[in-house]
Formats: sequence, C-alpha cells, structure tokens
Amino acid sequence: MNWLDNTLVLSRLQFALTAIFHMLWPVLSTGLAIFLVVLEGFWLRTHNPLYYRQARFWARLYVLNFGIGVASGLPMEFQFGTNWAPLSEFVGDFFGSVLGFEGAMAFMLEAGFLGIMLFGWNRVPPAIHFLATVMVAFGANLSVFWILSANSWLQTPAGGSFSEGHFHVQNYFAAINNPFMVRSVLHMSLATVETSMLVVAAVSCWWLLRRQAEAAMRAFFAFSLKLALVILLVVAPLQVLAGHESALQVAEHQPTKLAAIEGLWSNEPAGSSPAWTVLAAPDEDAGRNRWSLAVPGGFSWILEGRSSLSHEVRGLNSWPADQRPRMVGLLFYSFRLMAGIGIAITLLMALTVLLWWSRGLSAETMLALPWLGWAWILSAPAGYLAIEAGWVVRCVGRQPWTVYGQLRTSDAASQLPAAEVLASLSTFAVLYAVLLGCALWFGSRIIRRGPDLSLMPPAEPGHAAGAATNTALP
Amino acid sequence: MDFLDIFMPAVWFVILALFLLLYVILDGFDLGVGILSLTSPTESQRSILMTSLGNVWDANETWLVLMGGALFGAFPLAYGTILKALYGPIYLMILGLILRAVAFEFRENAERKRPWNLMFGLGSVLAAAAQGVCLGTVLAGIPTDSQGHFTGSPWIWCNWSSLLVALTLIQGYVLIGSTYLILKTTGELQRLHRRTARLAAATTLAGALLITLATPFVSSTLKERIFDPQFLPVFVVLPLAGIALIVQLFRSLSLKQEVWPLVYTVLLFILSFAGLGLMVFPAIIPPSVTIFEAHASVSSLVFMLTFIGVLIPIMLFYNIYNYVAFSGKVPHPAEAE
Repeated sequence: MNWLDNTLVLSRLQFALTAIFHMLWPVLSTGLAIFLVVLEGFWLRTHNPLYYRQARFWARLYVLNFGIGVASGLPMEFQFGTNWAPLSEFVGDFFGSVLGFEGAMAFMLEAGFLGIMLFGWNRVPPAIHFLATVMVAFGANLSVFWILSANSWLQTPAGGSFSEGHFHVQNYFAAINNPFMVRSVLHMSLATVETSMLVVAAVSCWWLLRRQAEAAMRAFFAFSLKLALVILLVVAPLQVLAGHESALQVAEHQPTKLAAIEGLWSNEPAGSSPAWTVLAAPDEDAGRNRWSLAVPGGFSWILEGRSSLSHEVRGLNSWPADQRPRMVGLLFYSFRLMAGIGIAITLLMALTVLLWWSRGLSAETMLALPWLGWAWILSAPAGYLAIEAGWVVRCVGRQPWTVYGQLRTSDAASQLPAAEVLASLSTFAVLYAVLLGCALWFGSRIIRRGPDLSLMPPAEPGHAAGAATNTALP
Repeated sequence: MDFLDIFMPAVWFVILALFLLLYVILDGFDLGVGILSLTSPTESQRSILMTSLGNVWDANETWLVLMGGALFGAFPLAYGTILKALYGPIYLMILGLILRAVAFEFRENAERKRPWNLMFGLGSVLAAAAQGVCLGTVLAGIPTDSQGHFTGSPWIWCNWSSLLVALTLIQGYVLIGSTYLILKTTGELQRLHRRTARLAAATTLAGALLITLATPFVSSTLKERIFDPQFLPVFVVLPLAGIALIVQLFRSLSLKQEVWPLVYTVLLFILSFAGLGLMVFPAIIPPSVTIFEAHASVSSLVFMLTFIGVLIPIMLFYNIYNYVAFSGKVPHPAEAE
C-alpha cells in the first residue's frame, strides 16, 4: 500500500473526493433557482395559487440541497491553502483574485437573499420577494461563471507570463476571458439547468406513476413535468451542441487530452480518414488498445464534419510518458458516458414531446406508458453522472499538469506529513458517505410527502405593500 | 509607484480585517446560539433559537468564504503558509461547520430531532474551538524560512496558549449569542439568556485577562510591541475602554435592556479585535512576514480593489436589509407559518 504514505496521491484523492461530492449540490442551487424564478414570475402575473404552491414545494428541495452545497464548498476553497500551498503562491495573483470575486459577487448575493426568498413571503412586498429570488438565481449563476473561468484558466492559461515561480498578470480581462472560458461556462450552465429539469421531471413522473395519487396531485405534477419539458426542449439540444464545441476546443488547445478521450495512440496525418473508436481496452504500458470496436472513417466526421482530416492529430505515443495523462481508460469511458447520456436524454425529450403533441400529456398518458415514466426517473441520476464524468474528463485529462503546460501537479502540492492528509481524507470519506445517505433519505421524504395543496398564498400583494392599487383583481 | 507599494497592501490588510471582524461578530452570534441550543430546555424553545438563525446563517458563514478568497488573492504567500501550518484546526473547523450546516437542514425535515440537535450544537462548539486555536496559534507566531514558507511542526497549534484562546473565544461567542437572543426572544427564553449572558461575560472577561497576562510570555515580538513607547498609550487606553464597556454591559443586563447588551458586546468585540490587529500589524504571518513581503502584485491588488471595493457597500446594504426585513422578536413556532 505505497500510496498510503504518498502525500501527493493522498492530496489528489482528497481533492477528487471533495470535488466530486461538492459538485452534486450546486447543480440544483443554480439550475433549480432559474425554475423558481419562472414559477414565481407566473405567480406574480396570474395570481394562480398553483404557481405559488409549485414555488414553495420545489424550494423545499432547494434549501435542503443548498445547505450541503455551502458546507461542502468550504473544503474546496481552503484546500488550495492547506494542501496546495505552492499552487496558491504560483497562481495567487490571478486565481486567488477570482475566488475573491466569486465570494463577493456571487456567494454573498446568493446567501444574502436566500433568507428572504425562503422565509420572507409574508415579510416583504411581492416585488422585493421576486427580486430576492432573481438575485439568488443570478448569484448562483455568477458563481458558475467565476469558477469555470478560474478552472478554464488552469486549462488554457492566458493574460500574463510565468517567471520566478509566479504567474504575472498583464491583462486581467484576457486571463478571465481565456480561450476555454466562454464555451466552458456555457457547457456547465446548461448542464445545471438540464440536470435540474431532469430532477423536476423525475419527481413529477414518480408522482404521475402512483396510481393512488389524487387528481389534484396529478394535475400539480403534470404541470411541473410539462414546464420542465418545455425548458429541456431548448436546453438539451443546445447542450449537445455546447458539448461538441467543448470537445473541439480541447482538440485545439489540449491535444494530449483529446488523444486520451479518443484512445488514440499513434499520429493520424492530415488527409487520412482514421476510424472512430467506439469501445476499446486501452493498454498504457503497451501504448495501444488491446481490442477496439471502431467505425471506419468516422473520426474526421466527428471532429471536423468532413471525410478526411485537414491537419494532423497526434496520438498519445508521440509524447514522453511524463507529458501526457495517465488513466486513459478512465478518460476514454468517462467521455463516452457523458456524451452518451447527453444524447440519450435529448432523444428521450424528443420522444416525449412528440407523444405530448400527438396524444396530449396527462397523468393518464404516463400511466399507460410506465416505461416512459421510469426512463425519466432514471434520467435524473444519469444527469448527475454525466456532470461528474465531464469533470473527470476535464481535470484528470489535464494531468500531469495543474496549470496546463506550466505547473506540474507534483510541484503544486504542499509537503505535508502523509498521516495528516490521510486523517482528513478518511474523515471526509466517512462523513460524505453518511451525508449523502442522509440527504437522499430526507430528499425522498420531501418528495414522498409532496406539495401542500391547501397552502394559501400570502395576503393580497396590494395589502402587503400597503398600497391602494389593487383594483385589477379578477 | 512607491506609494502604491505601501498603500495597497495596507488597504487590503484593512479590508481583510473588516471581513474577519464581520465574520467574527455575525457568525460569532450564530455559533454562540448554536452552542446555547444545547442548553434549551424544550424542543419548542430550541425551535425559536433555530428560527432566529434561519434567514442569516448562510450569509454569516459567507463572510468566512469571502475572507478566505480575499486572503488568497491579496496575500497568496500568507494563504499557503498559514493554512498549511494550521492544517489540523482548519479541517476541524470545516468539519464543525459542515456538521452544523447539514444538521440545521436535516433537523427541519426530521421527526426525531435529538441527534440533529446534538450535531448542531457540538458542530458549533467544534467550529468555535478550532477558530480559537487558529487565532491563538497565529498570534503566538508561525515559524518560517527566509522565503516565508512554514518550517514548524504539524502540531504547532497544540499548546496551552492556543487552548486558552479557544476557550475564551467560545465564551465570547456564547456571550454575543446570548445578547442576540435577548434581543430576539421574550419571556422565559429571554430571562434564561440574560443569565447566560451574565455568566459568559464573566468568563470571557476572565479569559481575556489571562490572555493579556500570558501574551508577553508567549511571544517576544508581541511583548516588544506592547511595551513599545509608540504603542503604549493605545495599549493602556484599550483595556480601560474595555473595562468601561464591561461595566456598561452588566448594567444594561441588570436594567433588563434588550438592545444595549448586544451593542456593548459588539463594541467589546471591535475593541478586542482592534487590539489584536495593532499587536500584529504589519505582520500577515506573525511574527516576521509582513504584508509588504507577502502581497500579490500591486496591479492585482488594484484590480481586486476595483471589483471588491465597489461591492463592499452593496453587500453591506443587502445584508442589513435582510436583518431589517426579519427584525423584531422571533415568532412562536405555533404562530409561524
């Protein structure tokens, strides 16, 4: 058990574990927040209590999720100091500033308005409450922007120069707007909205499949399913496109990562039409795939949309072993898992929308087609899986670099006693396993209990504001 | 340029101090109420304590996140060195904060509330204690090489002076939590927390006196600073002002005032904080590495200031609005919606 006393390995494991666990929560905090804005907007326009009850029900899942997200975010930030002190010093000028901006612009905005959004229905005028909900959503999405900008900078550092063990920023806007930024932010934002809508659809379908559910409940969840579908109709195809664009930027800026996710070992010259490998057993020691299943001539179609490559694509063997990522199999299959789920969900969405169009979408249609409901229920965990797989591709594929091409991961880690890291790592492992179990348990309780359909909306908006303008009542 | 080299790090030292002060006051009462929740006689009374935190605990904790990010950006060397030196207590603090945050959310949804109550209270104690240990260790000094990198033992934080600071900080948090609850509650709960406030004020005072007496023996740098003729007037005036505030605090508790105990406690926190700040300034990694050696490039500091500086008043505005929107007594659980 050599790795047990290897600080670098333990620190990497700890970062991976805490990042993978943390990533589960911001998904709903950002995506579902937008859904809550839409619902509250409907409520303010129509004063139909259905929308109010929708907002209150989904907010209950939201808050359970939010608390764990805040708490599990703390080790993410502090780890840069505790376990990656050389990195902090190396990139502090830029990376640290960006984390500072995120705190001041995004986290505080979210947290400062969350209390009003959750508990302020009877305490502030409806317009202010709506503003609070919008600010929570805006803050959450701003944090996606800053985190993805910072992470993109690690992938494609820009806007300055490296010397004497430091990154010196010359142009902050070039560093923030580094080559990976725009498409990565887009890809992640779409991912949070898409997966959140999958959660809404899954919960709705679970209720629609319950034969003993009363009619009012069914109407409630038929509505949320339709709203989620409408949003998915836009988001899911866009996400496939954004994913493809992200792969293209990897091809352009990180050839080692591209070679790993495609299981490509030897160079493919310009003008050739190599096969596209669907499945394979990569063998790193031998520098080849032990076996593979491939579509002849498919690679250039996927990469460039044409029958032959316009320029050379390098294979993994063309780099020395210490300049390309390891764990090729993990990268190869994580990428396929993510892309496969993205496409499968788009197809499921298209199929359901067609059904909706041809025979209407109600609790009866769902009951008649239980497999469809179950496909949606399974799509929620699939969405999370795709997000985690995407991050594995992104960060394991960047290895052996922490700052691509500039700072090796082995040079970025603090020299700490291995026992110390092992202690914190194992605490997190146990704690997070328990927390995940509890969160799923309490989440499923909220879902099983369902919405409170007798919940009355707060006093008429006009009264709460103390104004005499409530003349337009229906 | 020379002016900026001195001015910008000093500005960021002040901003960081502001974030830390806001954190210590706001999450201080938050953690204090968490510790006090262990003593709540009934579940409905405990619910009132939890409700008094419901809308603010997130934002209060975010000041810590903000302080961390700003320290990382403005003084990257200090961020790496201090956090590496404090590996143990930092993770204990994170553990405590995670436990209390999730216990808060799980408790809302649980039928059996006891385990979550315990977890919330003990998480609060752990976080407060770990913060005290961090503070004590940093004040006593972190050994570094000429590059400013940590050279001490991983157990550097394990000593009696850090323990003393930790115990005192817990008392301080209980004090500010009690005075917050005096403001937010009525009847029996208010009477209970007048008693805990009086008790905590006495124990905090004792802790503060012990720390003051011990300081010259713990760190020679701090000793020099305290007896430095330039600073001596300040270090004479600060404790006198502190004693005056303590007297006022006890008086306002006896007069059964509702707002003033919290005000005096906050002033006491500000006073102690100013004293500690003056003892270490301009060191950012006490005793030897100053803000002028550890700062990020001046252009970085200017850039960060343009963004974060503008946001500070905005953040303060909506945070204050949040408190105003929920001002007044916490409603009884039965009356709350």
